[in-house]
Amino acid sequence: MPLHDVHRRQKVKNMAIALGLAGLIVLFFLITLAKFSPEPGQ
Amino acid sequence: MSDSTLTAAHAVSFARNAAPADYFALLKPRVMSLVVFTSAVGMVLAPGELHPVLIFAALFCIAAGAGASGAINMWFDRDIDARMPRTSGRPVPSGRVLPGTALTFGVWLAVGSVTLMALAINWLSAILLATTICFYVFIYTMWLKRRTPQNIVIGGAAGALPPVIGWAAVAGEVGLAALVLFFIIFVWTPPHFWALALVRADEYKKVGVPMLPVVAGPAVTRRHIFWYSVALVSFSFMPVVIGLSGVIYGIGAAFLGSVFMMMAALIRCRRRNDDAQRLFSFSILYLFLIFVLLAVDHIFPSSFPYVL
Repeated sequence: MPLHDVHRRQKVKNMAIALGLAGLIVLFFLITLAKFSPEPGQ
Repeated sequence: MSDSTLTAAHAVSFARNAAPADYFALLKPRVMSLVVFTSAVGMVLAPGELHPVLIFAALFCIAAGAGASGAINMWFDRDIDARMPRTSGRPVPSGRVLPGTALTFGVWLAVGSVTLMALAINWLSAILLATTICFYVFIYTMWLKRRTPQNIVIGGAAGALPPVIGWAAVAGEVGLAALVLFFIIFVWTPPHFWALALVRADEYKKVGVPMLPVVAGPAVTRRHIFWYSVALVSFSFMPVVIGLSGVIYGIGAAFLGSVFMMMAALIRCRRRNDDAQRLFSFSILYLFLIFVLLAVDHIFPSSFPYVL
């Protein structure tokens, strides 16, 4: 596989990992907010 | 450096450059989508309320747990996957992802999904999710699949649990209605997979997986498909019997059940593989529509007196 293809695939992979982790952080933050919000009907 | 070392080094280098799509394929996305859908319907039907973010988190955990099971399954079955045309293009047998990487990915995903489920939702749904993953990996994949033609009958329990997990996530308990959802999928699994096994019997035979058509022959399999279909269609009316659903579901289930029975009867009478292929495809649509009907009937409640 040509080197520039290897670099491109590595870049896509790193970007996917970064986006995945960022998504998880946002999800954890939203879960925390949801846990602290009052129960329906209260 | 020898040729074999070069080949091995090249394979490792190739696998290290696996695309995100290869990791996504490890999660068996088509299976995952049906799992997430049936869980979502379980959540819709369950009594109680859950914050929308927590609903999303629960579905995310269930999807990740199902994906983890798929990845570990692909790691364990890489030897037989490589020898079957249907599965030889999967990321592990085709060399795009290293076996150890697939296992690590699956284990971390499983641990992460169960942990998040316990912390964000409740312990019952986390225990059910862990049970589903362990059942699929240890009982089905590692123990039953290569040992008995009843593999998919017993292993079907893993695929049947997701709506129960969804129910438990919202209600915090598991009631009779959740068990009815479980048994609909449980009884649906054998005719679905045996129809596929009838078409792919030669492949299963070649790799030594004792599916029913390989061990008992196509005639016995067709008879089993027919009687399990009778059981499935009969059991599909249980939501009406226990008062979980009403007229909309009842009419829809009767129509879908008639089509299912007709296809199962054709398999038994005509003994043609294209009938089996058709039942396999229709069975996926059948399960999807049964759960759509359950949700629709719940959102727009109907009862006999109301309609009449």
